[in-house]
Amino acid sequence: MTEERKKPVKRPRVGMPEQDPGQRIRNFKEVPFGYTSEMAIREAERCLGCKARECVAGCPVEVDIPRMIELVRDGKFLEAYRVVRETNSLPAICGRVCPQEEQCEIKCLLGRKGEPVAIGRIERFVADYAMQRGEAELDRPRPRQGRVAIVGSGPAGLTAAGDLAKLGYQVTVFEALHAPGGVLMYGIPEFRLPKDIVHAEVNLLRAMGVDLQLNVVVGRTLTVDELMKDGYQAVFLGTGAGLPTFMSIPGETLNGVYSANEFLTRTNLMKAYLFPEHDTPIKAGRRVAVVGAGNVAMDSVRCAIRLGAEAGIIVYRRSEAEMPARKEEIHHAVDEGVVFRTLTNPVRILGDERGWVKALECIRMELGEPDASGRRRPIPIAGSEFTMEVDTVVMALGTSPNPIIHQTTPGLEVNRWGCLVADETTGLTTRPMVYAGGDAVTGAATVILAMGAGKRAAVAIHRELENL
Amino acid sequence: MFKIAERRDLTPVTKLFRVQAPLVARKAQPGQFVIVRVREQGERIPLTIAGYDREKGTITVVVQEVGKTSGLACRLEEGQGFPDLAGPLGRPAEPLLIKTGRAITVGGGFGVAPILPIAGLLRQWGVKVTSIIGARTADLLILEDELAAVSDEVLVATDDGSRGTHGFVTQVLQDLIDKGQRIDQVIAIGPMAMMRAVAGVTQAPGLATLVSVDPVMVDGTGMCGACRLTVAGEVKFACVDGPLFDAHQVDFDEQVRRGKMYAVEEKRALEACRCGGGHQ
Ligand SMILES: Cc1cc2nc3c(=O)[nH]c(=O)nc-3n(C[C@H](O)[C@H](O)[C@H](O)COP(=O)(O)OP(=O)(O)OC[C@H]3O[C@@H](n4cnc5c(N)ncnc54)[C@H](O)[C@@H]3O)c2cc1C
Ligand SMILES: Cc1cc2nc3c(=O)[nH]c(=O)nc-3n(C[C@H](O)[C@H](O)[C@H](O)COP(=O)(O)OP(=O)(O)OC[C@H]3O[C@@H](n4cnc5c(N)ncnc54)[C@H](O)[C@@H]3O)c2cc1C
Ligand code: SF4
Ligand code: SF4
Ligand code: FES
Repeated sequence: MTEERKKPVKRPRVGMPEQDPGQRIRNFKEVPFGYTSEMAIREAERCLGCKARECVAGCPVEVDIPRMIELVRDGKFLEAYRVVRETNSLPAICGRVCPQEEQCEIKCLLGRKGEPVAIGRIERFVADYAMQRGEAELDRPRPRQGRVAIVGSGPAGLTAAGDLAKLGYQVTVFEALHAPGGVLMYGIPEFRLPKDIVHAEVNLLRAMGVDLQLNVVVGRTLTVDELMKDGYQAVFLGTGAGLPTFMSIPGETLNGVYSANEFLTRTNLMKAYLFPEHDTPIKAGRRVAVVGAGNVAMDSVRCAIRLGAEAGIIVYRRSEAEMPARKEEIHHAVDEGVVFRTLTNPVRILGDERGWVKALECIRMELGEPDASGRRRPIPIAGSEFTMEVDTVVMALGTSPNPIIHQTTPGLEVNRWGCLVADETTGLTTRPMVYAGGDAVTGAATVILAMGAGKRAAVAIHRELENL
Repeated sequence: MFKIAERRDLTPVTKLFRVQAPLVARKAQPGQFVIVRVREQGERIPLTIAGYDREKGTITVVVQEVGKTSGLACRLEEGQGFPDLAGPLGRPAEPLLIKTGRAITVGGGFGVAPILPIAGLLRQWGVKVTSIIGARTADLLILEDELAAVSDEVLVATDDGSRGTHGFVTQVLQDLIDKGQRIDQVIAIGPMAMMRAVAGVTQAPGLATLVSVDPVMVDGTGMCGACRLTVAGEVKFACVDGPLFDAHQVDFDEQVRRGKMYAVEEKRALEACRCGGGHQ
């Protein structure tokens, strides 16, 4: 920290303006508008510039938060951007979707007595500022011997690709879908993460010389062994956890039942909200029940409302306190009129004579003793069944890794949840020179954790390739 | 861009495309499919691989115009191409085929195209192949010569009697069964109604029968569950567990119902663009 650091100013957190709920439920535009320069500076002035740097410890990629904030406070936004970029290659995305309240901000010293510094909002501001000014361009690296194949273009793959390209390696990213970005493209909706931001980040990688091969399903189009044979010295698997879960209750193949993956992919990747200009349709329904209460469930129900549903209902078997979604997203959903039916679990989906969903039969639950996850276990209350009239049901129950990769790569081990076995610090799998990270290893987690894994693997791959 | 190296008009509503897709051609096996998009705002639709040339790096697909996307696809010319094409997807037919004796293949509509590589494979193993093809009328029959080249015999049925047996392919199949000839396996690909009828015919004599189900798909890699169907009481994903399944175990009612899920939107899309054929 510089000696002459200005004294922090005591004042409440600077709020971030956002679209009015009544208006935003009719569009897919981003909900929060972001800080202006002035707001960013005012918020930055609250930071104590602590020596202990607890906030940094809370960030999985250790962004130099106090330094970033100090530069913002002094109006040096582009310099602040460069500081962030040193450790975080996707700041415009993290500033928006990181669960800051559990990571950097929860550790903030100011949070002990009042509100923590709005680190995520400042980071978002800095990244948007740099991108808008076209200052995000990075120097083209000095080429170095070595070719690396990255499988999957989610945050894990993009980060590994960026870091290796920065070191000068020849990097090719193979993506199964027709668009790069992973969950950032197909899962998280436009109103939470505008797709232009994902495009911009991907274009930065392209500008650094990263080669992007879309429509390549590794395991089908090409195998990991073939990649190695084709001259890639190392492979990084960032294939995510894309497999949906259903409840295995009666009625799940009725018309009008979706996995959250399908519902969100149609809406976000395929832009069904612009149907028929975009060709992919969706049946959002009039009354939509979304089963689950994580970020995926909140995104699904908020999409349903924007697609014209009269009622969006979250059905969750535990109570509000256990909901895994970010608090901010739950608030947004509440503001948008989403109804929460907690301590409620579906037992059966009922169809009409034409095979369309007409109701969801549920049972009420109560909370018993804490289970292995430390959360109180929901127990059905006998005889409390009731039906809820709905015409669409979206299952948002979590996802697991797609088995295509491990089924087609001899020697690649998975654990009993189907997650790839990989070393925690290097990401090395049970196959030499094959690394993995992100949701494919941890199961569904967060953007920043996936990025952290991509980063560590890039370091490990670099170390190996240097010694070749 | 996946360039179209050759286009052939098989019927007014059915086009054959040989597409430059070297990686897919290198791996393709009979029974598998690709997912394509025909334009930037396009949806992802599955098309079966009807042939491949590993050396030239091309695959063949046959598209029948039924709605907006297939209609737009049928308007693509040589030199143009599919902006996106991913595959090969789905399980190869090979492990599901009986490698001895005699097989009957039944193809309806575009279904004759995916039959071609399967019949070819059977013949390689020395299986005797009888192929039955059908259409509404003689002009709509496709790929007869190509099929003849990989079959021991080709039997034709038309709804209006303009060629071969007057009636449905199932009648021809029933006749073969009634004659008491040895049949080890039946493979039927075509419209759902046809596949279902074939399943009905082969049920009583207990003939092993495969059909290629065609539910609505999105990703084609197991990620969305749009393609789910019930087989032997269990929910399967057609794109990774299929598309070929035991015909006697498939819940056809459910498939027919799920196939209509977007009927209203499909009509809207077609009307909005006035591009597809809508010849169901
Ligand atoms: C709806 C939703 C909302 C979320 N909200 C948040 C949030 O607010 N904050 C947060 O931090 N996290 C959130 N998450 C979680 C976060 O998005 C994921 O943890 C993160 O994207 C994982 O990154 P990844 O790179 O490991 O995998 P993914 O993002 O899943 O990317 C994997 C990529 O690999 C591709 N792929 C898979 N198999 C193959 C193959 N065989 N060949 C080629 N390519 C392949 C996939 O198509 C995909 O593009 C959310 C997730 C969802 C689904
Ligand atoms: C594994 C598989 C292989 C196929 N192979 C071929 C082939 O080789 N040649 C061929 O002409 N057709 C094939 N089809 C069918 C083809 O995908 C559909 O005809 C096409 O998607 C219709 O789109 P559309 O916009 O033209 O018609 P729409 O008007 O949208 O729909 C017409 C019909 O096609 C079905 N359909 C609509 N969207 C999809 C979708 N995304 N995926 C699957 N079906 C859909 C609907 O059930 C509907 O009944 C195959 C389907 C599957 C599942
Ligand atoms: S990357 Fe995420 S956790 Fe790290 S500082 Fe930024 S918002 Fe906080
Ligand atoms: S802990 Fe909070 S106040 Fe201290 S440096 Fe980090 S952001 Fe600033
Ligand atoms: S098409 Fe998405 S899972 Fe089969």
